[in-house]
Amino acid sequence: MLELNDIRTFYGPIEALKGITLKINQGEIVCLIGNNGAGKSTTLMAISGILKPKAGTISFIGSDISDMPPHSIVEMGISHVPEGRRIFPKLTVKENLEIGAYSRHRDHRLKARMIKAYDLFPVLKEREKQLGGTLSGGEQQMLAISRALMSDPKLLLLDEPSLGLAPIIVSRIFKAIQEINKEGVTILLVEQNAHAALNLSSRGYVLENGRIRMHGQGKDLLNSEEVKKAYLGE
Amino acid sequence: MNKAVSKTDSPIHRFTHSPFFIALWLALLFLPFKGLKAAGILFIVLFAAVSMLNMFKKYVGTMKGVFSDFKQYLLGRSRIKLPESKTRSIALTLLMSVVVMALPFYGHDYLIDIAVLSGIYIILAQGLNIVVGFTGLLNLGFVAFYAIGAYSYALLNTKLGMGFWASLPLSVMLVTLSGFILAIPALRLRGDYLAIVTLGFGEIVRLVLNNWDSFTKGPNGIGGIEPPNIFGMQISKLGHFYYFIIIFVLLAVFIIRRVSASRIGRAWIAIREDEIASSSIGINTTAYKLYSFAFGAFWAGLAGVLFAAKMQFVSPESFTFMESVLVLCMVILGGLGSIPGVVLGAIILVMLPEMLREVQLYRMLALGSGLVMLMIFRPQGLMGGKGVSFRG
Repeated sequence: MLELNDIRTFYGPIEALKGITLKINQGEIVCLIGNNGAGKSTTLMAISGILKPKAGTISFIGSDISDMPPHSIVEMGISHVPEGRRIFPKLTVKENLEIGAYSRHRDHRLKARMIKAYDLFPVLKEREKQLGGTLSGGEQQMLAISRALMSDPKLLLLDEPSLGLAPIIVSRIFKAIQEINKEGVTILLVEQNAHAALNLSSRGYVLENGRIRMHGQGKDLLNSEEVKKAYLGE
Repeated sequence: MNKAVSKTDSPIHRFTHSPFFIALWLALLFLPFKGLKAAGILFIVLFAAVSMLNMFKKYVGTMKGVFSDFKQYLLGRSRIKLPESKTRSIALTLLMSVVVMALPFYGHDYLIDIAVLSGIYIILAQGLNIVVGFTGLLNLGFVAFYAIGAYSYALLNTKLGMGFWASLPLSVMLVTLSGFILAIPALRLRGDYLAIVTLGFGEIVRLVLNNWDSFTKGPNGIGGIEPPNIFGMQISKLGHFYYFIIIFVLLAVFIIRRVSASRIGRAWIAIREDEIASSSIGINTTAYKLYSFAFGAFWAGLAGVLFAAKMQFVSPESFTFMESVLVLCMVILGGLGSIPGVVLGAIILVMLPEMLREVQLYRMLALGSGLVMLMIFRPQGLMGGKGVSFRG
């Protein structure tokens, strides 16, 4: 479904991604794990077009998207939940969701999708008229995910959905991710919380210093000595 | 990310908002002008006044509660129906429009003149409101578009002999185009850098107008510009021009309202609030920032044409950096992203300096300290726009 081929990106003179090659199949949950600065978020930004790669190609369902602007990539069916949630704090929950459907304005199923979002996270329905900024961290993350789903994506990019949240909320969010996946949305997940992420995913990639260190089935990576030592604190 | 903490509880806030501090601050401001004694008196007077104002505010607060209880009680007994708030607001609007529309019949020429100028500034400030208020792009050279509009009408009229109605669309199109041209390099930049580039653009335009003697007559300016014609009748009388301006103001407010409530307006607000989030939900940020610049420039150009037609004279002096700052003040005073607020801001900032003419030397000082006070007590402006978040 999505293929990255030898992607290189730069922040000024610093090479953040030194040739990333990865592949995601339809219906999978794939996670990227790695230390701070390994290039996990950068990879997501390269896919969603916020950061243009200097070299390499990205193809999505057969078409090359490496030169497309971010809004066209959203229209193609890739939705990005950025790190730190980035909801609109001064718009209400409902308005946040509505603006999430910006690229699908000719589509009349907006209402149905909003009902689906409220089904996924009922708490958002309760908070419908509240300003986004007044929600708790967990609720904001739920709102960010729902907002991304409003554009009816085929592939959802999630950047650290567990960031700064209480363990009980994290498990709630991870359960929701599984539910979203069951509805047919392919998911690429970036996580610091390697254990939970690998448990959830069918496959995983381990990034180190802008390169892919290893990759494999989620369970195999969980049991790998190297991953255990470096990322699971055992 | 969101600082939703109430600021009013912090010790710094309590100190800076105490009557003592406010009085001290203003007294120090006046010290160089009037000497120690006068500043001392000012301090005492201000201190007493602000303290009393605070007490009065509290008193009004409690009285309001008492009054509304009393009203409830009376209403319960007598069953008289008070007019509903909706009819009251309609009545207020009607009254205001009568006051505005009848101005040439009761006001003297000086007042009408200021009102006409207010109208031109309302259009100009609404244009800047699109760029700064809705889209959140700080433009410090906005007056350049105003200048291009005014000069294009002046030149088309005096050099080619084109009338008002023929030059208006041409001039406005030219300004919109220049908005696009500025936007293309400027939109690669953000925040402070964008502000500096627009500032530079404003100065370039002014300097070109000032130094291109053969074409713009340099600092002497261009005179003898024709006032507009309607059905062969020249609108040169002040009263007629007043109505002429009102039509354009209404048009500007109406169109900008419609656009800001549309998909485009939504996109602008989203970009102002968070650009990365906007592009990640599929808003073409580059295109919408470009539209915002061009649409803002469009109104500035219209204001420029009207200005040239009203004054029948243009010179580079009218388009200095201070003018950009003044228009920006109107937008901030009224409230970023609030259309009625910006109308109010423009009227106040045109009227106030005129009213303060009596205090002559201290005019700008009084105006400046007034603005500072406003920013302390109402940082969102007189009528804060919807969904504007304040950082810092």
